Amino acid sequence: MERPKVDIAILQPLVALTLMMLAMTILSENFATQDNLFNVARQISVNLCISIGMTMVILTGGIDLSVGSILAFTGAIAAGLLKNGIEWEGANLYIGFTILGATVAALASGALMGWFNGWMITRFKVPPFVATLGMLTIARGATMLYTKGFPITQLGDNFNYLGTGWFLGMPMPVWISLAVIAISAFFMRKTRTGRHIYAIGGNERAALLSGVDVKRVKVFVYTIAGVLSGVAGLLVTARLDSAQPNAGLGYELDSIAAVVIGGTSLSGGNGSIMGTVIGAVIIGVLNNGLVLMNVSPFWQQVIKGSVILLAVIIDRSQRKD
Amino acid sequence: MTTGRPNAVIMEAREISKQFPGVLALNKVNFNIYAGKVNALVGENGAGKSTLMNILSGVYTEYEGELLLGGQKVAFRDTTDARSAGISMIHQELQLVPYLSIAENMFLGREPLTRVGLIDEKKMRQDATVVIRKLGYDADVRQNVSSLRVGQQQIVEIAKALTLEVRVLIMDEPTSALSASETSFLFGLIRSLAAQGMAIVYITHKMDELARLADTVTVLRDGCHVSESAANNVTLDQIVRLMVGRDVRDFFVKRDHAKGPVKLRAEGISLPKPGQSGRFLLNDISFCVHASEVLGIYGLMGSGRTELLETLFGLHASTCTGKLSIEETLVSILGPADAMNAAGIALIPEDRKSDGLILNMDIAKNISLASLGSVLKAGLLSEQREQVQADAYREKLSIKSYSSRQEVKKLSGGNQQKVVLSKWLLTHPRIMLLDEPTRGIDINAKNEIYRLIDDLASQGMAIIVVSSEFPEIMAISDRIVTLCEGRLSGEFSRDEFKEETILRAALPGN
Repeated sequence: MERPKVDIAILQPLVALTLMMLAMTILSENFATQDNLFNVARQISVNLCISIGMTMVILTGGIDLSVGSILAFTGAIAAGLLKNGIEWEGANLYIGFTILGATVAALASGALMGWFNGWMITRFKVPPFVATLGMLTIARGATMLYTKGFPITQLGDNFNYLGTGWFLGMPMPVWISLAVIAISAFFMRKTRTGRHIYAIGGNERAALLSGVDVKRVKVFVYTIAGVLSGVAGLLVTARLDSAQPNAGLGYELDSIAAVVIGGTSLSGGNGSIMGTVIGAVIIGVLNNGLVLMNVSPFWQQVIKGSVILLAVIIDRSQRKD
Repeated sequence: MTTGRPNAVIMEAREISKQFPGVLALNKVNFNIYAGKVNALVGENGAGKSTLMNILSGVYTEYEGELLLGGQKVAFRDTTDARSAGISMIHQELQLVPYLSIAENMFLGREPLTRVGLIDEKKMRQDATVVIRKLGYDADVRQNVSSLRVGQQQIVEIAKALTLEVRVLIMDEPTSALSASETSFLFGLIRSLAAQGMAIVYITHKMDELARLADTVTVLRDGCHVSESAANNVTLDQIVRLMVGRDVRDFFVKRDHAKGPVKLRAEGISLPKPGQSGRFLLNDISFCVHASEVLGIYGLMGSGRTELLETLFGLHASTCTGKLSIEETLVSILGPADAMNAAGIALIPEDRKSDGLILNMDIAKNISLASLGSVLKAGLLSEQREQVQADAYREKLSIKSYSSRQEVKKLSGGNQQKVVLSKWLLTHPRIMLLDEPTRGIDINAKNEIYRLIDDLASQGMAIIVVSSEFPEIMAISDRIVTLCEGRLSGEFSRDEFKEETILRAALPGN
């Protein structure tokens, strides 16, 4: 029997990652230390959460540019609610939030923004690039309005545990991203909606004619992308003990890069969660290694961009059609 | 503007053959094109007309046989090459850029330049105006093409062709989207171009146009040249007979099934043409299909046959009108999911690659796609169950493949079609709609599919088959209705099946 295709597809990025890590180990004595590896893992976890939502979106043949702004907004909401609650002077009303309450509210706001993307795309047929470009600006503006342009800081150790704490010998963000990976990989392989996501990206019309509720599935993936940006927002905010209005700037590009390096086709239908995980790790290791080797930040960007291009060229040359 | 003595053969196709995977589209076809004449080319769907024209105009460059232009052997590298040799084709789907002006469209890719290398707008406008005026069309060439009516766009297409020296102008069903007055204008134009010595190749399905326009009529059938005659020497009846006449092949024989009660009843189904008020793709169509009955629908391209099946399947729910009953109960179908689940309808679409299959998925996943509920185990997809099911259909329909995990894009057309059929059989439909179920597949697979259709009918399924192949539709149907320009134009019971009468009923302008 043929082996499942997914394994072959992620083999290549996996080999690339291994070679890269070997090179880093040789070139920098600080790379393969426990401290540094945990540090890298923690840094990667933010991009991982975003990239997994991005993978689902891209698998349907779409794109989501708003993830970085949604990250900032959800972080601000969590921090703001936790610290200041909702105060409404006219009615003499004050609602305080627990950590759980603020977290849930932040994720819900991410879901709402993602849902809005999906609604624009399916109801008004706005191309995903444009719809999420609009949201990129709206969510950033909303963050500025809510924070009045200032960071919200001093959120308390209990909240910050999410970003800085350790659990069973591993940093919390790593646990959270591992959970996100496991759930989404399982979801994509084992549920009807997961299968429908692949089908839509593979051939939207054939999927529609087979009774797939294309609109519902599309709204779903953008909503999930919003929620996962929210998770990333919580991790960033808790890690810095601060919700920065400028958080997440440009993160959409890193996550698209992770998806593409992981072998997922930008036209949809082909790719996997595990591929994206490897893609995100490659980017994270590359960032970290270049810093350790004292490569100038300008060169870092040139190198990162070249790696993305190289990955796609190799991928293309292997796919014959 | 043109060269060549009138009545001389300006271009000649000699023994042209063209092989597509599984189909011999053209078989040693000869075709003479006379200068100064309207050379009509007719034939059923799939007779090879488009293939031949694509060879003449440089779209297909690989074929057997030879082309002669003005007595010289030619082999075009591409359409540009053909165009500079004086062969231009106007496709049925107009090829204009909507947001460019008339002049910009006419000179697209060959814009006149000023001395410094910029576009010479003034010269382009002047030249365009000269050509457009010559065609008797008084338009401002700065207008966007998108603001023109179809008939006017057609003239722009012709004008575009005429910016180069044209010896042979090929037109593929140019009147299919035109009104009566636009058609007469176009005919006048064609006549005057021919009078100037240009050779016109005119492809049409409309019999009345032959009488009005053609000088010679060439008939193709099943990829073979059947006849060439001067238009005033043949009657329309003779042409129709030439189009359909064929040898009786050894063919699948249908069994008789007792007809059951009415399964599906359509009443007054209409579908407006998008963006064109008052015109219809489907116009007041009523019919019914019984259990154990195979209803054949015959119609030419553009007759609305595909739209009819799509409408029954809920794809035009927001724009169509009319009533649909399943087993004499009125149903409202808002989309494919409704059609499948509430009404038990399955649709095997015409174009399996673009509408039927997810090409980069494997056989098993394609088969299970419309009924994922049947492969769930504790609410989760079970790949094992999916595979068992796929293997059962692989055997039942003999889908040639080494594994149910093989990607469908690597299968042959016939096996791909069987995958689509399996997908729909798995939904256990009560009514099956098949649109050109055997297009582009070999004769053995065809016969297998006919037998399958026959079996399903004997088990009580109601089946509607759209087909433009006479041997096929006459072999498998219990009853045939014809569609013509969106209307039902004829109904024939099995003992009335005769190719000529059915084709007549399906031809417009008759």
